[in-house]
Amino acid sequence: MIIKSLDPRISRAQIDDQSATEELKPLDHFETYEVFHQKKRGTHHQHVGTVHAPNPEMALLFGKEQFGRRGVCVNIWVVRSADIFASDYDDSDIFATTPEKQYREATPYKVMDKINEYKAKQGA
Amino acid sequence: MNLNEQNTLALKELLYKMADDLLILGHRNSEWTGIGPMLEEDISFSSMAQDKLGQALALYQLLHELGENEPDTVAFTRNDNQFHSCQLVEYPIGEYDFSLIRHFLFDNAELIRYELLSESSYEPLAKLARKFVGELKYHKFHGDTFVMQLGKGTEESKKRMQASLNASWNLALGIFENSPYEDLLIEEGIWKGEDFLKLRWLEAVQPIIDEAGLQIPDDSNWAPVNGGRTGKHTEHLQPLLDEMTEVFRVDPGAEW
Repeated sequence: MIIKSLDPRISRAQIDDQSATEELKPLDHFETYEVFHQKKRGTHHQHVGTVHAPNPEMALLFGKEQFGRRGVCVNIWVVRSADIFASDYDDSDIFATTPEKQYREATPYKVMDKINEYKAKQGA
Repeated sequence: MNLNEQNTLALKELLYKMADDLLILGHRNSEWTGIGPMLEEDISFSSMAQDKLGQALALYQLLHELGENEPDTVAFTRNDNQFHSCQLVEYPIGEYDFSLIRHFLFDNAELIRYELLSESSYEPLAKLARKFVGELKYHKFHGDTFVMQLGKGTEESKKRMQASLNASWNLALGIFENSPYEDLLIEEGIWKGEDFLKLRWLEAVQPIIDEAGLQIPDDSNWAPVNGGRTGKHTEHLQPLLDEMTEVFRVDPGAEW
């Protein structure tokens, strides 16, 4: 049976609906790779995006042109997306109280006041 | 190196053929923009085509400094018989296997060519060559990776790569067509010459072709397609030039 669609472009293609159930072979579908690039030696690699590729060499090849061709870059990493072990969005509540823990950050401390006070004392 | 009448002629001949190769192949490869086999590859191939046009411009600029016309005039106002590009670069893009094999064979030669030129006694050229080498390393990496990938891919991909390799081989040998100034260029230390490049190129492509499971045509069948360097071209070059120069001819003074 041929797929019926309101879109003439699909009807014209005469797609046999049996073909849609065929299993994908390895080469029919590339894996995704996450691309990280480094702006300067010694700095962190930063995630810049994703490419489709059949293997790491090709991912590197594509990653360079997709994300390294503009702007400065000295090094690229590619990692199979499937190899990334990630937290679950259902568990996002593990981060929920983080904004309340400002005492862990240095920013709220009004340290400059104390320094200026000290300097003033020294000068006197 | 001090420029004199004779070595300037030799240098110009060298620069013209290198720049013309880059302009013509850069234009050809850009024809894949938007219709490449997959998004990532479309972008990569187009980006390399732009690199080639940029390199061509830099060489035409160098020629201009040696007294030739402006780069735009040189690029857009000559007929096919005034181009010194080898015939390999003017062939239509064909199917992707042909474009890939051509790029693989050509860019392996380009990388070695510009590595050799990095040590040229003509310092402005050596300086440019050192700049090109980085881009060309990627072009070679791209070509090598694709040839190995598709050579080891499916029956069909292997068959296609082999057929294109057979069809391109003698054209690729035409890259190394000797110039009348070959000895002078070597003597003056401008570079080591086409024959030396050809040997180094064979050493570079052989292991990749082996690794890919493909075969270089038997050397009893080698017959370099020469003529391009002296302005003899196939029927494919002039239509390319007509298309490339269309806008220029409508408005030669247009600013971009």
